[in-house]
Amino acid sequence: MPAVAETLETVSAVTGSTYKWGFETDLEMDLAPKGLNEDTIRLISDRKGEPEWLLAWRLKAFAIWQKMEEPHWAKPGYPVIDYQDIHYYAAPKKKGSGPKSLDEVDPELLRTYEKLGIPLKEQAILAGVEQGDEERLPMAVDAVFDSVSVATTFRSTLAKAGVIFCSISDAVREYPDLVREYLGSVVPAGDNFFAALNSAVFTDGSFVFIPKGVKCPMELSTYFRINAKNTGQFERTLIIAEDGASVSYLEGCTAPMRDENQLHAAVVELVAMDDAKIKYSTVQNWYPGDSEGRGGIYNFVTKRGACRGARSRISWTQVETGSAITWKYPSCILIGDGSVGEFYSVAVTNNHQQADTGTKMIHIGRNTNSTIIAKTISAGHSDSTYRGLVRMMPKAQNARNFTQCDSLLIGDQCGAHTVPYIESRNPSAKIEHEATTSKIAEDQLFYCRSRGLSEEDAVGLIVNGFCKDVLKELPMEFAVEAQKLLAISLEGSVG
Amino acid sequence: MLEIKGLTAEIDGKQILKGIDLTIPQGEVHAVMGPNGAGKSTLSYVLSGREGYEVTGGTATFFGQDILAMEPEERAAAGIFLAFQYPVELPGVGNANFLRTALNSVRRARGEGELDAVQFLKQARAAVKKLAMSEDMLKRNVNVGFSGGEKKRNEILQMTMLQPKLALLDETDSGLDIDALRIVAEGVNASRGPNFSALVITHYQRLLDYIVPDHVHVLADGRIIRSGGPELAKELEADGYAGIIGEAAEAA
Ligand SMILES: Nc1ncnc2c1ncn2[C@@H]1O[C@H](COP(=O)(O)OP(=O)(O)O)[C@@H](O)[C@H]1O
Ligand SMILES: [Mg+2]
Repeated sequence: MPAVAETLETVSAVTGSTYKWGFETDLEMDLAPKGLNEDTIRLISDRKGEPEWLLAWRLKAFAIWQKMEEPHWAKPGYPVIDYQDIHYYAAPKKKGSGPKSLDEVDPELLRTYEKLGIPLKEQAILAGVEQGDEERLPMAVDAVFDSVSVATTFRSTLAKAGVIFCSISDAVREYPDLVREYLGSVVPAGDNFFAALNSAVFTDGSFVFIPKGVKCPMELSTYFRINAKNTGQFERTLIIAEDGASVSYLEGCTAPMRDENQLHAAVVELVAMDDAKIKYSTVQNWYPGDSEGRGGIYNFVTKRGACRGARSRISWTQVETGSAITWKYPSCILIGDGSVGEFYSVAVTNNHQQADTGTKMIHIGRNTNSTIIAKTISAGHSDSTYRGLVRMMPKAQNARNFTQCDSLLIGDQCGAHTVPYIESRNPSAKIEHEATTSKIAEDQLFYCRSRGLSEEDAVGLIVNGFCKDVLKELPMEFAVEAQKLLAISLEGSVG
Repeated sequence: MLEIKGLTAEIDGKQILKGIDLTIPQGEVHAVMGPNGAGKSTLSYVLSGREGYEVTGGTATFFGQDILAMEPEERAAAGIFLAFQYPVELPGVGNANFLRTALNSVRRARGEGELDAVQFLKQARAAVKKLAMSEDMLKRNVNVGFSGGEKKRNEILQMTMLQPKLALLDETDSGLDIDALRIVAEGVNASRGPNFSALVITHYQRLLDYIVPDHVHVLADGRIIRSGGPELAKELEADGYAGIIGEAAEAA
């Protein structure tokens, strides 16, 4: 049997078992009854002790959503989602209201995060740093488990620098004015079907506020875990960087292996004022489904950043290896003169995964600049589409965009598509677009193998080389993680 | 050691190797010369296990092991190294990273411990210096943007690091100026010893002035038509391939 066919067969055998984050945590849960109606929304709002204005905001979003049609313009096809068959709130049962300190967090949860490699014990982390493990800078983590944030580390350390980092539920209680000012200001409730749904039922997510002139002293990150069955996760994240502030934020996510599909519909809003910098990195590793295409997460996400201030900068870097279906277009609205938007993406699909991802760069201010580097790797029977919009508005004098889209195909059962939309309403604006499609060349594989590399190591090396321009944008530590993840996602996919 | 008997092979249904018999004892360097299209590269690919080169008959053993049944990486671990006629570019893959991954792969397979970054860099820097390469070459992407000469030196660098028992050098001399040729030859000669043998494929006698072979074979149309000592190379240089091929045809 030719090696290609042989390996394509082994793919199906191996891949189901290569997802290493597929375990389930057994906890007593506080679960909302299945179904979506005003009562569900009142329940969520009540559980979180929200003020009246937020409940009103949610209900308004729900009214909008009910009038909207589920979009079907993207490439991925999927069975009808029954929105009445989902739990919209799932939280580990606890005594009293939210844990005040890490000591109060259910040890079972701490073990879950330990197993996932997410450090939640500040003392242990700091001790590690003191013991000369200097390469691992401490990182603050917000851990979101199903519908609630179970812990946020280093809150007080960050507070000393003036940085607010907490769950969005805490922020609603503790900083209501800030939340009210910015929530929905970048992604309005009626922006799209899934954003409206999220606005109605969002449960938890992270809130970050970096005041004027402050450079956030450590990496911030949120780790999302879907655990409960038949639930949706609707997270909401809001990051605000005031004049001259800067922050690097990373999100990671995993879910247990299940045969049913689960919905994850997040909204992320970023706001950057004058000279502010926000770097937002994602390592998306939701359960992709098994080799037959059973199960997996539907990842329908709206992420958008507003560069409101002059010379502000928002960078999206994403490594997308998980989910059965991904729709995701992290975007930048470049309002401030001289503001910069960047999108660096690696999307890997294997087996029956489908990804439709890309970005939108909306140039409004003068001398605005955007860069898009998208690397797509498809293997197995998967299908991947890069979809990107670059729009130059009439006032975007001398605006610039550079786009590079490269696709790498592994095997001959997969597909890759590039769909660029370019709209220019300013003649001084310049837009450059380059695209390539290639296969892993037989001579490259043979060259590596003749040097002693196994076929899988060879593929890993070549794929990582292909993605290098994107991986180098990730924070150091995660670049290494991402490289391993790429190799695992493609395990057994090449011949 | 390397023992090839009656080896026949085809590509895309076209027979290229038509019965090769060749034995290279441990510690010896053999040269294979022949006109373009004779099947020299094909022989080197068949020995190192390239996909698409189908063995239709004969045997090849290496220290008694049937290498034709082995994967390319297993042959590398067993100590066979091919210096490519046309080294392959690996965009985005750092040369040092590649070299270290390769070295640790064969070390693992050979039951030796892996080298850490510091040990590796020390060895790599020394090897780079010997080959009069700039250290910069370790940082660049594998063969990307390398000149012809740099690519060939990079092959010898890999050979030096991987310490094979048998090196197949496929026209490593082509595209090299005389200084580079001398450096590359020195690189190969430095590896010579009782545990190293080589099959030096070349089109020209020139390289054999620097790497003096124990035996010379002439390959034409998929068969070895003559074997002899180093003087055979000189004869070829003087008379060209046509004469020898004609003689062989008459004798047959
Ligand atoms: N992929 C291929 N398909 C068909 N014929 C090939 C292929 N590759 C090489 N050949 C043929 O095989 C013969 C031997 O080639 P090669 O081994 O490269 O010769 P050499 O290295 O001695 O110049 C040539 O006639 C060449 O055209
Ligand atoms: Mg050749």
